Amino acid sequence: MLGVFDIVGPIMIGPSSSHTAGAVRIGKYANLVLGERPIKARVGFAGSFAKTYRGHGTDKAIIAGILGMDTDDNRICNSLTIAKEEALDYTFELLELDGVHPNTVDIELEGASGRHISLRGSSVGGGNILINKIDGADVLISGKSAALIVTHLDKPGMVAKVSNILGNSGININKFSLSREEKGGIAIMTIEIDGGVDPSIKQIIQDIPNIVSVSILNAL
Amino acid sequence: MKYDSISELCRKAEEKNLKISEIVLMDQAALMEKSEEEVKITMKTMLDVMRNSTKEGLNADIRSISGLTGGDAYKMEQRVNAGQSICGPMIGNALIKALSASETNACMGKIVAAPTAGSCGILPSVIMTIAAERKLEDNQLVMALFTASAVGMVIANKASISGAEGGCQAECGSASAMAAAALVELCGGTPAMVEHACAIALKSVLGLVCDPVAGLVEIPCIKRNAMGASNAFVSADMALAGIESKIPIDEVIHAMKVIGDNMNPALKETAEGGLAATPTAKRLMKEVFG
Repeated sequence: MLGVFDIVGPIMIGPSSSHTAGAVRIGKYANLVLGERPIKARVGFAGSFAKTYRGHGTDKAIIAGILGMDTDDNRICNSLTIAKEEALDYTFELLELDGVHPNTVDIELEGASGRHISLRGSSVGGGNILINKIDGADVLISGKSAALIVTHLDKPGMVAKVSNILGNSGININKFSLSREEKGGIAIMTIEIDGGVDPSIKQIIQDIPNIVSVSILNAL
Repeated sequence: MKYDSISELCRKAEEKNLKISEIVLMDQAALMEKSEEEVKITMKTMLDVMRNSTKEGLNADIRSISGLTGGDAYKMEQRVNAGQSICGPMIGNALIKALSASETNACMGKIVAAPTAGSCGILPSVIMTIAAERKLEDNQLVMALFTASAVGMVIANKASISGAEGGCQAECGSASAMAAAALVELCGGTPAMVEHACAIALKSVLGLVCDPVAGLVEIPCIKRNAMGASNAFVSADMALAGIESKIPIDEVIHAMKVIGDNMNPALKETAEGGLAATPTAKRLMKEVFG
């Protein structure tokens, strides 16, 4: 749901809200999902991003976000140089994707510990974004609320167990989605919540049998 | 509130005998679980960055990263200050400010997306121009930004504010309608006048394509911001005179959505059609990217 500051805002470095600010935010979200210093980034541009990324500074914006910068950071225009200084290796490629928003980017990151993540995001106008995939699973995250990504085995009762823990901690869910690759395989819950979340909740959920991993993503 | 109809929003304001900005502020503060004062403070930070952007581009030597644009706000200022503007000082000043904010954006300077960066000159230009002309207080300007935002939210919900989805009508068109709404409220117009001003502003830019030369937010975007600002003044003035749009605003927005959907992708920010496909645009693109 849109608010006034989605329309008047964000405060940002130009030149394009969808191709610069939105791109910074998608990059920043990838940085949050990785949760550690990125050392390798593979960025694939599709649609309008693919055609015009150089002209809008989308390449600089994505890398700035991956480095953890916000949309109003004065260093965005120098992000490619900063990436070299911070030993982040990056590549850009052009993708042909069907049935996606015109401004879509695929990002694969490798962290300093060897952790890998992948993410697909779209810049949907005015600097607003939607994250559509994380590690291949379908999600729908705006980045406006804090989110929990819970990967687990597809067994009965998992949703109830996780939502009970959240409810008992006074956490209100504002958006929930569940997807799985195959019956009985790996499933992924995306839970957006109101307000913040105490980091200790991560371990409590992690301790439920059949949970594979839990990550907490702050709002952008 | 759902922000899916401008008419509904205006009726609600009329029923409560409040301004649109007042009911929007109340609603948004409740939604964000913040006090109205806190939300206004955040909006004031937007106003401050907007104000700076209307001045930052006034340097004669300012140039975009590509080198294609810059220095036009300065030229306009020279003419207006010499008392030569054929549009008169009010529109003349609006043109200066719209060009300045848009050139600041093209130079990777700091702006407020309103609703987008490509259209970031229109709302600040209109607000700061009327503020100077009528000696308005910042508090009034902050409130007008809530009215403008509400118009933008409805357009975003029912059509689009993205050039890649709806063409330039979705960006400079939306900004112009938002600015017209703010102007009417700042000049003491009724919610019904706000409605008509938005409709008149939007109708005049329906079908406007997004065809940035070399894919850059420069040509024709910067000058379209100047157009968007003057369109807001023209539309607000007509509405304040009691002139009505025969087509209701929500139907105009729906038409905008359908037009955007039918628009060829070459004309939606892909830099493949319209002005971007002209021989000169192709030559400029070569000059910039080799």
